[in-house]
Amino acid sequence: MSRVGPTLTALATGLILAMLALILGHVTVHGWSVVTWGFLSGGAEEGLFTVGRSGIFPMLFGTAARVILMTLLVIPAGVITAVYLNEYAPASGRLTRWVRGAVNHLAGVPSIVFGLFGLGFFIGFVGAGLDDWLRPGAVQPYWAGEGLLWASATLAVMTLPVVVVATEEALRAVPAGLREASLALGATRLQTIIRIVLPHSLSGILTGSILAIGRAAGEVVPLLFTGAALYVSRLPGSLNDKFMDLAYHVWVLCTQSPDIDQTKPLLYGTVLVLLGLTLSLNLVAVVIRARISRNPQATP
Amino acid sequence: MSDADSVTTPPSPPPAKPPWHDLARGRVARPGEWLVEKGIFAVSLTAIVMILLIFVFVGREALPILLGQADSAAARVQRILPPEDVDRMTPSELRAALGLSRRKFAARSLEEQKAALKEIYAVRAEADRNGAEAIPDKDSEVNTVGWRYLILPHQWTGYSRPEFIWQPVSQIQKFNVVPLLVGSLKVTLVAVLFALPLALGAALYVSQFASRRLRAWIKPAIEMLAGVPSVVLGFFALFVLAAALESVFAFQSRLNAFVAGIALGVAIIPVIFALAEEALSAVPRGYVEGALAVGASRWQAAWGVALPAAWPGVFAAVVLGFGRALGETMIVLMASGNAAILSWSLFDSSRTVTATIAAELGEVVFGGHHYRVLFLLGTLVLAVSFVANLVADGVMNRLRRRLASSS
Amino acid sequence: MATTDLTNPSAVARRSPSGDADSPNAPLIEIEGLSLYYGPSAALRNITLSIPERLVTAFIGPSGCGKSTLLRCLNRLNDAVENVRIEGTVRIGGCDIYSPGVDVTELRKRVGMVFQKANPFPKSIYENIAYGLRVRGLRDRKLMDGIVERSLRSAALWDEVKDRLHASALGLSGGQQQRLCIARAIATRPEILLMDEPASALDPVATSKIEDLILALKQEFTIVIVTHNMQQAARISDYTAFLNQGELIEFNTTSRLFTNPAKQETEDYVTGRFG
Repeated sequence: MSRVGPTLTALATGLILAMLALILGHVTVHGWSVVTWGFLSGGAEEGLFTVGRSGIFPMLFGTAARVILMTLLVIPAGVITAVYLNEYAPASGRLTRWVRGAVNHLAGVPSIVFGLFGLGFFIGFVGAGLDDWLRPGAVQPYWAGEGLLWASATLAVMTLPVVVVATEEALRAVPAGLREASLALGATRLQTIIRIVLPHSLSGILTGSILAIGRAAGEVVPLLFTGAALYVSRLPGSLNDKFMDLAYHVWVLCTQSPDIDQTKPLLYGTVLVLLGLTLSLNLVAVVIRARISRNPQATP
Repeated sequence: MSDADSVTTPPSPPPAKPPWHDLARGRVARPGEWLVEKGIFAVSLTAIVMILLIFVFVGREALPILLGQADSAAARVQRILPPEDVDRMTPSELRAALGLSRRKFAARSLEEQKAALKEIYAVRAEADRNGAEAIPDKDSEVNTVGWRYLILPHQWTGYSRPEFIWQPVSQIQKFNVVPLLVGSLKVTLVAVLFALPLALGAALYVSQFASRRLRAWIKPAIEMLAGVPSVVLGFFALFVLAAALESVFAFQSRLNAFVAGIALGVAIIPVIFALAEEALSAVPRGYVEGALAVGASRWQAAWGVALPAAWPGVFAAVVLGFGRALGETMIVLMASGNAAILSWSLFDSSRTVTATIAAELGEVVFGGHHYRVLFLLGTLVLAVSFVANLVADGVMNRLRRRLASSS
Repeated sequence: MATTDLTNPSAVARRSPSGDADSPNAPLIEIEGLSLYYGPSAALRNITLSIPERLVTAFIGPSGCGKSTLLRCLNRLNDAVENVRIEGTVRIGGCDIYSPGVDVTELRKRVGMVFQKANPFPKSIYENIAYGLRVRGLRDRKLMDGIVERSLRSAALWDEVKDRLHASALGLSGGQQQRLCIARAIATRPEILLMDEPASALDPVATSKIEDLILALKQEFTIVIVTHNMQQAARISDYTAFLNQGELIEFNTTSRLFTNPAKQETEDYVTGRFG
């Protein structure tokens, strides 16, 4: 067993890596020739399922829009939460434990629940409330419907833990000596945080943001009920517009195609773009994180 | 700013320093900063607030069913009220009787709405007189959202024996959740059984045998697997895995619990690996070196010493992986076949709780019974994954403390 | 306004330097019955001593005796540490710095500190010096340039770095970094300068530069220095306090404490029999 055991564990490791390679390889081989400039820049003028004509630009646009909006919401909230946890909160306090626990549990909430939450809270409660308040008497719901804002808000709640955890990791890596030096020079706590601590942990915050974007970009389920649409003729122009989305489009191509074998090239092309996008985001985050851990003093 | 030319003047009697008693400035010396710090505190509560809101707003929609207040039979066997009762209704009662959303209800005046309801009742009374004995179906008197019908088998009209039926789109909506629970359980079980040996093996390898350099490559690579979107894994299961497994096992149905379970297993490998690897790496070096010193092989040290010491971590990893698998939606929606039939066979087409919500919520009436049952399922998924998280967290924290104190 | 001082280069009081330890200056810092607890365990026990103005006072003692902790009580830097409880009073210029209304930030502006390990900010040399001025709201570029130069000159670093003021401070040698930290601390014209083993990580040449600097700085500042090096204490300090296990064993002029200690324990320590 003393030989066989380690070999088996190495084999298990190899098998896992092989799965990753297989998925990447398979998608790349079949999708490579599909991903042309025309595919990336084309739209759905000739339908969603016309091989050679249909493109994914509106989906890329929709994904970019929802991810950017989400980032604007989640980064301030996540960074501020991490700052509170690491710079202000007493480490053993009850409230600190609760905040940490909540962040932890938020990370474990299934994405389908976020979808329900987005529908029940953002659309059914906040949106309806906004409509009652801003547009009383209007028959057509404006905010109380699916749209870009609510999809992004739902994703922001979902990715909050990613940003908090990565930022906190970076804040912890700031040498205590720098904080003390700043305080001893008569800087207030807030000045110390803004002028010393945050600049020093910028790369960690960046890592968190990239991971959050990568996670959100590939997520479909929360969008099902909050804003993604199978087909809309225009690019989203306002916060309450529905939008087409890259990851959602993979699902559409898998399940709604009139002739799945014939439209397979479109599917592979779309999957390749999605996979390339999410994995390169992850890769960048991994590289930045490795550089932080190797050289904690290195800062912009 | 005092005199600037004092730079050039020779040392003169020094200007007095402010007395040290100036230090006492009261509790809030910088109100702006104080306010910002209060703001930081408020924002940091976001996570807590969101968790609470999730429970409240997902649970709220399911509440009538949870409390047994919803009655599907009452909705079908309509009460018909005389016009004078309609006049006495409060606006909210009126809205409920009309079954309108707040928006649509507000679109017309109260009087108009009352008139509409009276008309509905009149038409309905007419219809009742004409076809009172048209469908003598005893099913229509059943409250299908009652607890009994959600969980226990029932002999519906046309069936030869009591059965568990999930059939929300039909004349009589049937909401028995057991087929979905069994579906979820099957898929999750396959996923955990597939993922555990691989993830645990890799965790052992990385923490005990691999060189540091190799480790620095493998860990991020497995993290990358976690970065593969679940819709891509679902796609892969649908188009590649299903065909491959079909040619090996010759299934009845191409998409089934087994295919979905394997794909789901790939998704939770990184989760189990990360936790198990952390636990194994946290085992103090001294344990393993002690075993090696008394002549154990590296495998014996890893399997006989490190693994038992990290055992709670492995348990936590499995619990968390289970929770993740149960909550995963996209993969099972795409690869499990989605037949809501009660079957214990792994190779039958199956439908899980999460896939049901995803597939059906788009088509339900907002606030209707089907809608509420789906939210009830969502509450269930939330509760189970919350508990799984809680258990995994508690176990890991205890383990971290124990290993930290013994190193 | 405290800010007026630092814009005025002549603000430094220049009374006749009094290095003569036998005619003590007025006490500036009065510590009375000070105890400090980390959770249940006491790190400092009932310490009472007075530190005179514009002289160098050294805290010596074996490692872990509480000398650094005592030093950090003087600018309330222990406040940030969790589970710390402090009893007793510390008065500076008659003001009890632990009384509830005291603005800690204002206190630290007037009580500068240099740490054991040089901790320059990962910014340029210039920005390191300017930091304390900027957090105080100083914007005037010319004034800032002047203060940076003067501070670097005071810290005997100007000639070495004048050509690369905007290079990263992390590129300096250990000794230079520590002198930069001293320059940074005095740029804001504090009245008291706390030094926590400022030379412990440095080679002998760098150490002697720092020691010369301390002797020069005592013209302007009240200096309290923690050191584990008894020769250093003997060379540079006017008064010395010997601490052991959180208690003040003996406090006297440096010459008396080293040549004629009152307590056996002190004698054992200064003659190298333990510690």
